[in-house]
Amino acid sequence: MTERSTLAGGATLAITGSGGSGAVTAGLILLAAVGRAGYYGLLGRSAGPQIRGGESAAMLRFGTQPIECMGDCFDLLVGLDWENVARFADELPLDRNSLILTDAQAEPIPEILLRSGAQVRSLPWKALADAQTEGRVNMVALGMVGAMLGLPLDALEAGARATLGGKSARVLSHSLDCVRSGYAAADASSVPSSASAPAVARWNISGNEAAGLGAVRGGVRFVAAYPITPASEVLEWLAPRLELLGGSLLQAEDELASINMIIGSSFGGVPSLTATSGPGLSLMVEGLGLAVASETPVVVVNVQRGGPSTGIPTKSEQSDLNIALHGLHGDAPHLVLAALGIRDCVDTVEWAVGLAEHLQTVAIVLSDQMLGQSRAIIDPPGDRPFGAGQRPHLQRLIAQEADPDHRRYRPTPDGVSPMALPGLAGGMYTGEGLEHGPGGAPSSRAIDHAEQLEKRLRKLTGFDYGPGWAEIRGEGDHLLLTWGSSAGPVFEAAQRLRDAGIPTRAIALRLLAPLQREALLEAIGSAGSILVVEQNQTAQCFAYLHSQRALPTHARSFARPGPLPLRPAEIMRALTERHERQET
Amino acid sequence: MDVAGITPTLRAKDYKSDVAPVWCPGCGHFAVLSAVTKALAHLKLAKERVAMISGIGCSSRLPAYVDAYGFHGIHGRALPIASGLKAARPDLTVIVAGGDGDGFSIGGNHFLHACRRNMDLTYIVMDNEVYGMTKGQASPTTQPDWAKSKLTPHGTGMRPFLPTAIALAAGASFIARGFAGDPNGLTKLLVEAIEHPGFAFLQVLSPCQTFRPEQKEWKHLVHPSDMAPTDDPVEAARFIQADDGMALGLLYVRRLPVWQPQNQATATTADLEREFAL
Repeated sequence: MTERSTLAGGATLAITGSGGSGAVTAGLILLAAVGRAGYYGLLGRSAGPQIRGGESAAMLRFGTQPIECMGDCFDLLVGLDWENVARFADELPLDRNSLILTDAQAEPIPEILLRSGAQVRSLPWKALADAQTEGRVNMVALGMVGAMLGLPLDALEAGARATLGGKSARVLSHSLDCVRSGYAAADASSVPSSASAPAVARWNISGNEAAGLGAVRGGVRFVAAYPITPASEVLEWLAPRLELLGGSLLQAEDELASINMIIGSSFGGVPSLTATSGPGLSLMVEGLGLAVASETPVVVVNVQRGGPSTGIPTKSEQSDLNIALHGLHGDAPHLVLAALGIRDCVDTVEWAVGLAEHLQTVAIVLSDQMLGQSRAIIDPPGDRPFGAGQRPHLQRLIAQEADPDHRRYRPTPDGVSPMALPGLAGGMYTGEGLEHGPGGAPSSRAIDHAEQLEKRLRKLTGFDYGPGWAEIRGEGDHLLLTWGSSAGPVFEAAQRLRDAGIPTRAIALRLLAPLQREALLEAIGSAGSILVVEQNQTAQCFAYLHSQRALPTHARSFARPGPLPLRPAEIMRALTERHERQET
Repeated sequence: MDVAGITPTLRAKDYKSDVAPVWCPGCGHFAVLSAVTKALAHLKLAKERVAMISGIGCSSRLPAYVDAYGFHGIHGRALPIASGLKAARPDLTVIVAGGDGDGFSIGGNHFLHACRRNMDLTYIVMDNEVYGMTKGQASPTTQPDWAKSKLTPHGTGMRPFLPTAIALAAGASFIARGFAGDPNGLTKLLVEAIEHPGFAFLQVLSPCQTFRPEQKEWKHLVHPSDMAPTDDPVEAARFIQADDGMALGLLYVRRLPVWQPQNQATATTADLEREFAL
């Protein structure tokens, strides 16, 4: 049951180096190259908190099927140098089948890596680089590794051109010379390429870019935000592109301003979004309550990182579920969604924008560092997310005509009231965070409170969300239940368990609130063993599902904190240990 | 969104809503409400093109009393809400109303950045040097020896926040002071503030009869500014620092670049997607 049996072609490799060694650049080129060679791929990266310098690693897995997680351990470890590698050696699991590639002139390989029993090959990268004008070890190593992986040279060259597009022609030319030099020096005869070109051009996209794309596909045209790791790339991608679409991004003075700015813009009729990470979400919850009470649609993409407080800003965790679900004071129903993968970031954010607009409420979308800062080669997303059973267009219900009796918060059968936009005569009202009557005037009357609370809850719980609430794969008496980015390793664990003769289903929750309890219970059915998998210390989703009476009592939890990514093998182990106990 | 309409027949009372104010009898805020409606009538602004934005506090109830679009937000956050609205809807006249606690304490950071961002907003702060809605605590503009609050029984011991000086330092392009007891002067300042392209800050001395009855004396203390409005920040700073806080009128006005995104769509999302294709 090793990962290597599940991929028809492809491999998992890590490129490590100290800051400035070009490990991440080499990884980016390799990802672009495997995409051009017809493979799917996933590129994660690991970095310390340093702004410049420090350690960095690029982790690439590629193969002929979509890649949704990094797998268990690495086939290849490409060490450009060994400075600082101890800081993240625990993120680079190796075994006896692994191969460490190192420069013949580099420092000795640290003992912590050799303990794995991995094989070692020393290669003349530095010597080859020195023979080139402005030669770079990372480019020579890239060429050699590319050849060993069976990638065509033209794919590597195209990947380098695409990745180094911003560099000068001179730098690009010297880099290509180094790649060719490494490629020519490799012994590549034994590894054939097994991928073929796809019919539709695949995409090379990061999770944060995918979230930004989902936002504009959903109609977002105004963003206000405050920079924070690891959410900033969502904003950096959006800022120039919103302008091209006729919208804008405003860098706010803080997160309190961000959330309130998008409440203002959305009140004006423009679908609006902000992106942040844990500490920023903490600052936004008061504003989110205002959006709920005033029924102003807004979307927050929260790219989770290790917490609490400032935690581990550059590494991943799924520990903001509690605040997303329960952070708002009062009875404040809102939507909580979680993207299940990089490609899914497009669909989930687009869906969240549509739902927030249609239901005139808050949608929090949980991404995380792993999703946000990884890149993947994916099939392009479809036209509409989770289309079956959905309305073709989820849009805001806007009052179109002057109505002297317009009452903004008038309860309606589905709880959604037409929203007048400034400029419409006869629709004037005051958006209100205080409890209010149907017309919007502040009210502390019990009857108004009960009516408005019920309206705001009903519009969410009564809506038909269709099949997008979860992704369900496989059949079997054993069930792996998860949410968000843990879906990748869970899906792979389930597949490998099935391959090993243990029938296992996987359910990954995309819509966490309102919980689709009936659908979930039906999907769970009479599963014999149930393991709820998530990447946090206190089993936040497991506890939530129990609180909603959505889990049988025999369900068990497998939760552990970040920043180490969840691996399929540990999930398999956690399920089968239980399985074996049941057998005895 | 069609072009702004002009409605010449409306009078000040037509801009009042039918919601009854919660303010105490004699509250200065009644005069501010009246000045707002008079200014809107004077400017012949179509009601549906006006948005009144506020945070929390006695003064922040004002949007509900004006027959226009409005948003009553949360404590201290009126300026961001207004900024987001104006960024998204430059066609609207956006007026922000609040008090000294809302604007200078919990919302202090937003005040600084709204001044320097210089969006085309009008910000009216009804300053009565007290938190009225929470029943009489010291605010940032309260004198240090005011010891009537149970929270600060020995006074605040802190120098008061100087709204006009801070607005100037932060880059506001229009700074004025009005008085609730001078309705005509207040209306005139409001008209000028609304017409000013950029961030117009109007501090209104608005007495609190309930918690600061001594402010009845303000009517004897206020006086017209003896300086003509200047566009020189050094001169304005000198005047504002020497001022007793009771000088009324336009203190500083300067044409500065107004922040307003104005982007025309030149691409579709499908165009953007091409960048990802291999």
